[in-house]
Amino acid sequence: MTTYVLRRLVGLVPVLLGVTLLVFAMVWVSPGDPVLAILGESAQGIDRASLEELRRAYGLDRPLAVQYLDYLGSVLQGDLGVSVRSGRTVVAEIATRLPATLLLAGAGMTIAIAIGLSLGVVAALRRGTWIDYLAVLVALLGVSVPVFWSGLLMMMLFALTLEWLPASGIGSWRHLVMPAAAIGFASSAFIARITRSSMVDVLRQDYVRTARAKGLPPARVDLGHALRNALLPVVTVVGLQFGSLLGGAVLTETVFAWPGIGRMLVDAIRSRDLPLVQGTVLFVATGFILVNLLVDLSYAALNPRIRYD
Amino acid sequence: MTDAVGRRPGPLGLAARAWRSKPALRFRRNRAAMVGLALVLVLVAVALFAPWLSPIEPDRQNLRMRLEPPSLAHPFGTDEFGRSLLARVIHGARISLLTGLVPVAVAGTIGTTIGLLAGFYRGRVDTVLMRAMDVLLAFPSLLLALAVVGALGPGLRNAVIAVALVGIPQYARIARSVVLATREEEYVQAARALGARDGRLLRRHVLPSTMGPLTVQATLGIGFAILSMAGLSFLGLGVQPPTADWGEMLARGRRYLPDAGWLLVFPGAAISLTVLGFNLLGDGLRDALDPRD
Repeated sequence: MTTYVLRRLVGLVPVLLGVTLLVFAMVWVSPGDPVLAILGESAQGIDRASLEELRRAYGLDRPLAVQYLDYLGSVLQGDLGVSVRSGRTVVAEIATRLPATLLLAGAGMTIAIAIGLSLGVVAALRRGTWIDYLAVLVALLGVSVPVFWSGLLMMMLFALTLEWLPASGIGSWRHLVMPAAAIGFASSAFIARITRSSMVDVLRQDYVRTARAKGLPPARVDLGHALRNALLPVVTVVGLQFGSLLGGAVLTETVFAWPGIGRMLVDAIRSRDLPLVQGTVLFVATGFILVNLLVDLSYAALNPRIRYD
Repeated sequence: MTDAVGRRPGPLGLAARAWRSKPALRFRRNRAAMVGLALVLVLVAVALFAPWLSPIEPDRQNLRMRLEPPSLAHPFGTDEFGRSLLARVIHGARISLLTGLVPVAVAGTIGTTIGLLAGFYRGRVDTVLMRAMDVLLAFPSLLLALAVVGALGPGLRNAVIAVALVGIPQYARIARSVVLATREEEYVQAARALGARDGRLLRRHVLPSTMGPLTVQATLGIGFAILSMAGLSFLGLGVQPPTADWGEMLARGRRYLPDAGWLLVFPGAAISLTVLGFNLLGDGLRDALDPRD
């Protein structure tokens, strides 16, 4: 297992370097002068000489490779730059907003797993019945209905019409219900789909038939023998869903005025706060890569065959 | 291929033959896939005939008719400028179809080329190209799109570039895996032995075998692109007003909740039905082309 972990970690290095290179390049593909891209609107209208001076001060007159290595060095030391708008460090901005996004993502993921797993399992056990069709329908709607639309419909119904829940903001658990349900529902679709097909496969296996033939109670065969093995592919999907959950969080946070990283990113793009955009993108992408690594490792821990490939 | 008389069949003849083929039969028997096809055809028809279907121009304002609920005169109601929502939803189909097709065409062309080269030449070319694809795949898709729009600035063109970039690695991976399997096939080896050059081998013998899986991916990709573009427009980073766009309509409509719920219901339903259509169609094509699954 140690060899496998090490191999995976080494394999991550080029990907992480590529991600930093792409984020670094954002300054250079951005239209206009890189100084203006970094300083934002505050530098608009300054004269040529000052621009030249700023360019030297920021080291933008050096070769690109040197600049990239410099950037990489700062990133490795945890320096993601300074937000143009607030003047605070990007790390501080992320630290302020991160707990809200983690809370939303955690609650959303819990809902997604709860709905997805139970629907997938029941659909596989009751193939061809109404609950199977319901699972297929949920899976289809989950991937087709935009998360911002289901969020807005919920807001219209439960907050503005029935007044059961607060329409936006953060505070109590009641604020969390709608945004978490919106992103959770979208992600539950994939989990239900994969659980159902994996469970259907496992239920056909000889060991399940043997367990039934031995006269074990059906619940023990379904949950103890079948579900445990059917969960393996589901683990991978849950990891991948974390990415779409983060994407969904950007939209959901905007709909419900939830003060997380996603909304901060959108605000930063709108106000052309490039250092904050770069830092947030790099942070979230790295987080996504690490989550997927953890998922792969847990998958290998659960299924020894993977490690010896 | 020639028919009994020895002539090549025309395009209509080919289409008729394709319609009678086994995959087409499987497709036609799949009710969900036919529903998907119908939804997509309706979208295409609405987009093509928008000027004739729409009761009035989508941009015509009538401030005396602001925020009118659905009625016979305005079946979908009116928005805050008194514009007909029905006209705007109909014209929005054009932008939606465009923003679904263009990124997929761009991503499909670039991605397939990358996949073909990587799978055909293998070795260092493969390593470099596919590592680059791994980097793109390392980002959650909407985040990558936001990063591109963050660098290039908001707007329709940049949003299309962003959504296209997100799609490239998917096509590259599929094309590469098909090429890796195909390049060892006997007919490819035979063509090579007969002296066919790389370009011809790729174009005539390898590329056709990637078309099935890539068509499935492209169909699902159009749905995904429409959804992503609607998301970007909803965030104010994609299609800009006054262009009639479903995502942008939702972004403005939410300001008039809960009194003007129709501003939300119709554009959102249009996005959902469109994406549902492409998803059902894509799933149906996959089942038809790959019955083993």
